Amino acid sequence: MSHNMLLVFEVTILVLAIFLGFEVISKVPALLHTPLMSGTNAIHGIVVVGAMLVLGLNHKGPFMWIVGFVAVVLGSANVVGGFVVTDRMLEMFKKREPPKPKDE
Amino acid sequence: MGTNVSNLLYLISIVTFILALRYLSNPAHARRGNQIGAVGMLLAIVVTWVKTGGTSWWALAVAMLIGGGFGAFAARRVKMTAMPQMVALFNGVGGGAATLIALAELHRLLPPPGKPTLDILIAIALSGLIGAISFTGSLIAFAKLQELIKGRPITYPGQKIVNLAVLAACVGLGAALAAGVQDQWLLWAVVAGGALFGVMFVLPIGGADMPVVISLLNAFTGLAVAVGGFELENNVLIVSGMLVGASGTLLTLKMGAAMNRSIANVLFGAFGQVSEGAAAVAAGDGGTVRSASAEDVAVMLAYAHKVVFVPGYGLAVAQAQHDVRQLADLLEAKGVEVTYAIHPVAGRMPGHMNVLLAEANVPYTQLKEMDDANPEFSRTDVAVVVGANDVVNPDARNNQSSPIYGMPILNVDDAQTVVVLKRSMNPGFAGIENPLFYNPKTVMLFGDAKESITKLIQDVKTL
Repeated sequence: MSHNMLLVFEVTILVLAIFLGFEVISKVPALLHTPLMSGTNAIHGIVVVGAMLVLGLNHKGPFMWIVGFVAVVLGSANVVGGFVVTDRMLEMFKKREPPKPKDE
Repeated sequence: MGTNVSNLLYLISIVTFILALRYLSNPAHARRGNQIGAVGMLLAIVVTWVKTGGTSWWALAVAMLIGGGFGAFAARRVKMTAMPQMVALFNGVGGGAATLIALAELHRLLPPPGKPTLDILIAIALSGLIGAISFTGSLIAFAKLQELIKGRPITYPGQKIVNLAVLAACVGLGAALAAGVQDQWLLWAVVAGGALFGVMFVLPIGGADMPVVISLLNAFTGLAVAVGGFELENNVLIVSGMLVGASGTLLTLKMGAAMNRSIANVLFGAFGQVSEGAAAVAAGDGGTVRSASAEDVAVMLAYAHKVVFVPGYGLAVAQAQHDVRQLADLLEAKGVEVTYAIHPVAGRMPGHMNVLLAEANVPYTQLKEMDDANPEFSRTDVAVVVGANDVVNPDARNNQSSPIYGMPILNVDDAQTVVVLKRSMNPGFAGIENPLFYNPKTVMLFGDAKESITKLIQDVKTL
């Protein structure tokens, strides 16, 4: 694929992703807006993939290595933190539990 | 692994992310969706690991252990009341990573023979800039929410012009980079300018506007990641980043609508400036405030048919969510119908109050959104306002000179009686007077929200 064809293809999926994003998000109730923020936060942790490519490929001296290393650290903090926090939040959303096990 | 194979596997990750968002439409299976997304993320990481071909695998492992370890530790330790700043922090590091990728990519492509094309240069300048804004902006938001720096708007004359000038300079430098002045220092300047802009644009924004800012910064990081995908010609970055960008944008617009303010007004019209006139008007009314004892309020609550709790940021500050829930249980045991009315911008992030009450095991079926809650107030005996202020201020309906005029509010004054739990008569965060406190239907219960609720629990028990 020539560079321009690739570019057009990438722009196409970018625009489709915008509409898909609006479509999917508009169905999320206000009740879950915090987990939504935190969940999308985890998803943009995909940046770690880019950081790994920088660190793992195409070295050109120590500069890229250092920058890539820090980027992977930041990216993995984003991914792991994002998913764990979201999981903790969503775990708490319950319907009424049948009997009360204990009164704290 | 060939590019085709890895791209197909990335596609699976993309599908899991879409499913994760799709599952969020219902609290009953939202958690499952998040787990599916996490599996997809793991797949993307494994695929990328294999793609890098084992060179410097130990560096990858060490970096991921450090970052992942910190992420897991912080995410497990954080209290639910500190959730907004934690989300801001994780958002910021993502933006920082996008900026670093831009810097590294430009370094790889320059100097010749690697002559980067125009689109790659634009992508590098954009993701460097947006990522830097998101990084420092999120850190400032974190510092404000963590109360490392004061939450009130910080303003000075000519602020907007300075901010705009910095942003314009960044865009100009980025354009020069793309136009052919291929010097790495230009990108460093863009990144430094973006970092400065991020600080200056979040500093003047007050705590009450944080829901807007946090979701906007979330959109920024998503956008920076999506643009980063163009640099690396990587579909999974483009699609996932843009999904987040779209979601953050939509959420930002919703938050703006919930405050009846344009996003530009939130970002550039620091809240403190407009409130002086309105405060003067309300103070002139000079109504009287009725204060009540916990015993009186306990009687009111215990003999009501329907009680609605209206939580605000004060609930989070006092960490009174468990106590509120305990009080609600007691009342329900006495046959009182209890629900919670949640304003979309109550607290410091979108949906903040829902998470706090969920933490206290309040079933989500009792949490009513504004549109469902408002018609119910007219048949409510007691509305209990816990640490909320602007979102129940009737001036938003009636007083055209009020800075919050036009903002949709919870109409607690439709209830038979309103009980307001408040520390003192100091006006709220934005310095706006609230005539609700002077309403003859209203009684004030002064004191720390947690202590007041604890007293109410004791008094209701003795009835």
